[in-house]
Amino acid sequence: MKNTPATVNMPVDSATGKLKTAGLSYAMNPFDEYAVEEALRLKERLPGSTATALTLGPDSSCEAVLREAISRGCDAGVLVTGPEFADANPYATSFALAAAVRKLHAEKPVHLLLFGKNTNDGNSGAVGPETAAWLDWPGLTSIKKIDAIDEKSATVWRTVEDGVEVLKVALPAALSTVKEINEPRLASLKGKMAAKKAAIPKWSSADLGLNPRELQAALSSTTVLRYSPPPPRPGGIRVEGATAAEKAKKLVDILVERKLI
Amino acid sequence: MAILTVALTPRGKMIPAAYELLTAGRALADSRKEPLCAAVLGSKAPEFAKNLLERGADKVFTLSDPRLDNFNDELHAKTLAALARKEGLGQILLPATVAGRSLAARLSVLLKAGLASEVCEVRQNGTGLKAKRYQYSGNVVSELEFKSQTQVLTVQAMVFPPAEKQAGRAGEIVPVALDASVESRIEFLSYQPEESSEIDLANAERVVSGGRGLGSAEAFKAIRELAQALGAAVGASRAVVDSGWIAYRHQVGLTGRTVRPKLYLACGISGQIQHLAGMSSSGTIIALNTDPDCPMMQMASISVQGDLNELLPLITAEIKRRRGQS
Ligand SMILES: Cc1cc2nc3c(=O)[nH]c(=O)nc-3n(C[C@H](O)[C@H](O)[C@H](O)COP(=O)(O)OP(=O)(O)OC[C@H]3O[C@@H](n4cnc5c(N)ncnc54)[C@H](O)[C@@H]3O)c2cc1C
Repeated sequence: MKNTPATVNMPVDSATGKLKTAGLSYAMNPFDEYAVEEALRLKERLPGSTATALTLGPDSSCEAVLREAISRGCDAGVLVTGPEFADANPYATSFALAAAVRKLHAEKPVHLLLFGKNTNDGNSGAVGPETAAWLDWPGLTSIKKIDAIDEKSATVWRTVEDGVEVLKVALPAALSTVKEINEPRLASLKGKMAAKKAAIPKWSSADLGLNPRELQAALSSTTVLRYSPPPPRPGGIRVEGATAAEKAKKLVDILVERKLI
Repeated sequence: MAILTVALTPRGKMIPAAYELLTAGRALADSRKEPLCAAVLGSKAPEFAKNLLERGADKVFTLSDPRLDNFNDELHAKTLAALARKEGLGQILLPATVAGRSLAARLSVLLKAGLASEVCEVRQNGTGLKAKRYQYSGNVVSELEFKSQTQVLTVQAMVFPPAEKQAGRAGEIVPVALDASVESRIEFLSYQPEESSEIDLANAERVVSGGRGLGSAEAFKAIRELAQALGAAVGASRAVVDSGWIAYRHQVGLTGRTVRPKLYLACGISGQIQHLAGMSSSGTIIALNTDPDCPMMQMASISVQGDLNELLPLITAEIKRRRGQS
């Protein structure tokens, strides 16, 4: 999951080409809430299983989303952190996350990784399938239902543009979820207490044994040169008319004139 | 290094985005003075090869294996990565569909390539490649530069016009066999189509969306009728989806889907930022609303103030009348 600005109405400094992030409030990426919820539902379905929340970010302010996940019912949270991860692209993010998953997996087998469909800031949706690829695990995106599941495999429903596909995937695997999968719950009081007390391990690139040259190559594979506001829209026109019928006719005239119909 | 566009053929049909990729790829190929290649996957691949040549590819790789008929994230990615390595393909363009995005992400790791998702602009800059894309749900444009040797991009739907067919344009067709040793841990079980009469939002050139201003689930019928008259897909605001007037897959916006049609009609939608996030880069936006000061009316290319219950049937009838005459 990712700690992202709580708004998508992000101001841009046109002169510098930078985002004006000062004073913004942050929260769990809205799409990640569905992944957390699904992890909790699987925990309830599969006795003995646990759910760990994992995030990556430049500093300890990113801890907040992990505590939010714990307050909803996750058992633990892990933060991968370091200043090099400010503005990390999905390729570098997934490189580091995969190393963190390997470390967790070595301590106790991980069967399933759940991701949101994308973040509300970067919008790429690539971190889930890229993490799967770094781990050489199967990965599926756009999952709206996890049907039968055991330690070996899961049957899942994938929404595609023209319908739904049902697929069986061997575990461990990574799944990116869509909003239709569930309705996220709110934190419980007990959860909030647990979240307050939870110790959050912080893993640096060195703790993860990331090869500095490889990490640097990943970080610089794509770099953002500048941000800008979207091109301005040409001024609008108003369709006037004494009656609704007159307005309807004028609107269709304009559509025909502009070859829009 | 040559440029590759990937033509996916779900259910044995070529997706329209494949021709848009050829337009984007052609421009890149020309500025790099490199050939434009296309890969088409699935047992019907050979049937599509000539069409891809006629629309601008210099070379078409046909991977006509039934194992590639249904999109398999692992098999498709491993197969294309092997092809890219063998043929020295340096820039790989994929459609920003569910399959294309997943495939691009896996490919980027297999090829140690930088990835840019859903780009709306791509150009050669000296020896490097630059791309523009929307972030923050369409509220910010970022310009990025690739440093990796190989580059993988998904291209936003409907930004590039489809490449035109030049009858008789020739090129090379290269059959490629799927490496039998490549394994997948994903098994395709079944497919359930959406009601077929509906136009899908993702690739729709026109979208008619309804909001809470309609007042009731019954009134939403007028949206469907206008959409049908226009040949448009049906969209909705979250308020309407939450009220159960229409299924979630029609929701446009931050937590719904992003659309980029030439024409977007927002009917009784106030234009909250979360809705605008999904549609603000549409070509022409038409707002129908009783409130002339709401954000949607303010940002629309064309605004019509009025009551939907009156306006919608009149507009539908007028369109039908014009269509009947022409
Ligand atoms: C985290 C989060 C995510 C969200 N994601 C989305 C999303 O993906 N998509 C989305 O749409 N929303 C989303 N929302 C909700 C969004 O904030 C708005 O609540 C929603 O878009 C409002 O829908 P609406 O415009 O249909 O309704 P309203 O805001 O109630 O607007 C109704 C409009 O209809 C007009 N009207 C009323 N009667 C008539 C009439 N007879 N004729 C003509 N016009 C009339 C009114 O003037 C008004 O402008 C999200 C909110 C949050 C907090």
